[in-house]
Amino acid sequence: MSDFSVIAASRTQKWVAGTLVVGYAVITLLPLLWIIATGFKSPSDAIAYPPKIFFEPTLEGYVNLFTTRTRQTAEFLAANPPQTWYEEIVRKYDMVIAGPSRFGGRFMNSVIIGFVSTFLSVFLGTLAAYAFSRFRIPLKDDLMFFILSTRMMPPIAVAIPIFLMFRALGLSDTHAGMIMLYTAVNLSLAVWLLKGFIDEIPREYEEAALIDGYTRFQAFYKVVLPQAATGIASTAIFCLIFAWNEYAFAVLLTSGTAQTAPPFIPTIIGVGGQDWPAVAAGATIFLLPVVVFTILLRKHLLRGITFGAVRK
Amino acid sequence: MAQIRIESLRKDFGAFTAVQASTFTIEDGEFFMLLGPSGCGKTTTLRMMAGLELPTSGEIYIDGEEVGGRRASQRDIAFVFQMFALYPHMNVRANIGYPLRSQGLSRAKTREKVEEIARLLGISDILDKPVGGLSGGDRQRVALGRAIVREPKAFFMDEPLGALDAEFREHMAEELRALHDRMGATTVYVTHDQLEAMQMGDKIVVMNHGVVEQFGVPQDLYDWPATLFVAGFLGSPPMNVLHFDGTVEQGTETQVLDGTSFAVPTTREGATGRIALGVRPEHVHLETDAGLRAKVVATEYLGTTQIVTLRTDHGEVKARIPSHQRVTEGETTGLRFDARKITLFDAETTRALRSAGNEGVLAHG
Ligand SMILES: Nc1ncnc2c1ncn2[C@@H]1O[C@H](COP(=O)(O)OP(=O)(O)OP(=O)(O)O)[C@@H](O)[C@H]1O
Ligand SMILES: [Mg+2]
Repeated sequence: MSDFSVIAASRTQKWVAGTLVVGYAVITLLPLLWIIATGFKSPSDAIAYPPKIFFEPTLEGYVNLFTTRTRQTAEFLAANPPQTWYEEIVRKYDMVIAGPSRFGGRFMNSVIIGFVSTFLSVFLGTLAAYAFSRFRIPLKDDLMFFILSTRMMPPIAVAIPIFLMFRALGLSDTHAGMIMLYTAVNLSLAVWLLKGFIDEIPREYEEAALIDGYTRFQAFYKVVLPQAATGIASTAIFCLIFAWNEYAFAVLLTSGTAQTAPPFIPTIIGVGGQDWPAVAAGATIFLLPVVVFTILLRKHLLRGITFGAVRK
Repeated sequence: MAQIRIESLRKDFGAFTAVQASTFTIEDGEFFMLLGPSGCGKTTTLRMMAGLELPTSGEIYIDGEEVGGRRASQRDIAFVFQMFALYPHMNVRANIGYPLRSQGLSRAKTREKVEEIARLLGISDILDKPVGGLSGGDRQRVALGRAIVREPKAFFMDEPLGALDAEFREHMAEELRALHDRMGATTVYVTHDQLEAMQMGDKIVVMNHGVVEQFGVPQDLYDWPATLFVAGFLGSPPMNVLHFDGTVEQGTETQVLDGTSFAVPTTREGATGRIALGVRPEHVHLETDAGLRAKVVATEYLGTTQIVTLRTDHGEVKARIPSHQRVTEGETTGLRFDARKITLFDAETTRALRSAGNEGVLAHG
């Protein structure tokens, strides 16, 4: 091996690259680690100064996140010894568990709205992208540009009209309303991403299926869909991340029934003082689905991002 | 088994005409070659025949039935694509069996049939492999397997050997031809390689710029080209074309052009103006005292024969002569043409003038 290989990186290059990557990872992951750690701290540890790096882990934050508690008299506490481990935790503060908090419901709202809107965006997006990719459509280029143009302004710029529209249609604070909104916002992205993927799939595959005796629709779902799996997976991740994390519209349009986790989590802080561990616990649980989803599909995601970057 | 008839077929893509007024007939069981340079509309013609493209006008008959507006799946034909288009997410077995599954054939029957085809093509050992890692030849065989498994009326192949390297092409070409002879199914084969077309085809249609120039058996096309394009496209080196100003008499056997007299097949029509004389290199003989004078510019040794390039006042001429005949570059000599194999063309229309030699060929071409 010579010192000047075109392909292999030199020792110094590897060191520099490694340091940069690790440095970047530390910077982006540190806040995340901090949140996860805070979720396992006691309220006093959470606000201790200087901040505690080593602490005694407790599930207090999680118990507080999922329950509502009330203070009780000493006689009541003495007469009713704690039955469960979480009961035990709240007894430290002379409290008993009154019932579940609203976090579970809000979290489910996020799951329903996030996944249903992702499914719809990808489903409709795939059909539209296929049509745009394969059929002769009058004004195709204009239509594609028109679809793209819906993304040219920040969605929040139309917050007021949408707010009024939702109120007039009775969609405020409904699952259906939020699903429609997120689907609409994600659809243009989905169509554009998926069209790119489908364009890359040679038509001959479908034509072979057409000649082999299949209908256009059979050819589409038996031949094109499996080929487009990578594109569909990465599009789904992008759509889910947006719908899952969306905060502004959720604050504006939901308050109860359909409220998602992002606007709810900050409100935890007000329940009985500044309960940072509970907030951190909520944020940690909120992060999980997207992290899991992304890890499951990460192979596709990586390919998806670089897809089409190299023209043949 | 099927006879296929194409009548005045035309295809426009917007303002561009890819195929115009094509008419030809493919007889039952024929190995039929669609030959022409890149972009001449071969693929478009084949795709219209297969039902992958709607004709702008004209008719396509399969066994006497007009199928121009029918779906591909209803035409009972098989198509082998240039890049094979094997379903990448299925293994070899599933690929070959896929056309049968659409017909609702049972799993067991499909399996049986696929294995039979695999034996025929010698690919039994790769049936359970994914198609991704196959060699070019095996992909080709799988594509063929997928085509023949359904026993369709006809096979359409779009440059099926185009993706293979030169060495393997020849081998596959033989294999293909043998397979066709065994099954006897009508096959339409697209290629831009004139050698391949002449070697493999029962009949050839030559296309250029979306127009059918000539169609017939390889030997007729080679010997009696109907147009200057065909003369220049077939053969390697192609037919020599000498240009003259003059008049061709009707009913003559000796044609005088620019002071030189040539013995030609008896002419059946005359022409005046720009005249082109076509003669194959193997029908050119070097004779020191012949009337048409030429200077040797280059020689190319090919083993038993050599190709001699000569310059005349009417254009360059290549002669294929035995390699023992001594020729030196720079010498001047005379050219004699084999009288029975000369074609005269009207250079304005580029069409061959009818003569006793070609009238039989041109009549049905
Ligand atoms: N869908 C289309 N839209 C517009 N023009 C097309 C389309 N398909 C083909 N053409 C044009 O029609 C002409 C003939 O194309 P075709 O593919 O039939 O040529 P070909 O003879 O098969 O050439 P090749 O040897 O390169 O495959 C080409 O000039 C091509 O650019
Ligand atoms: Mg082609």
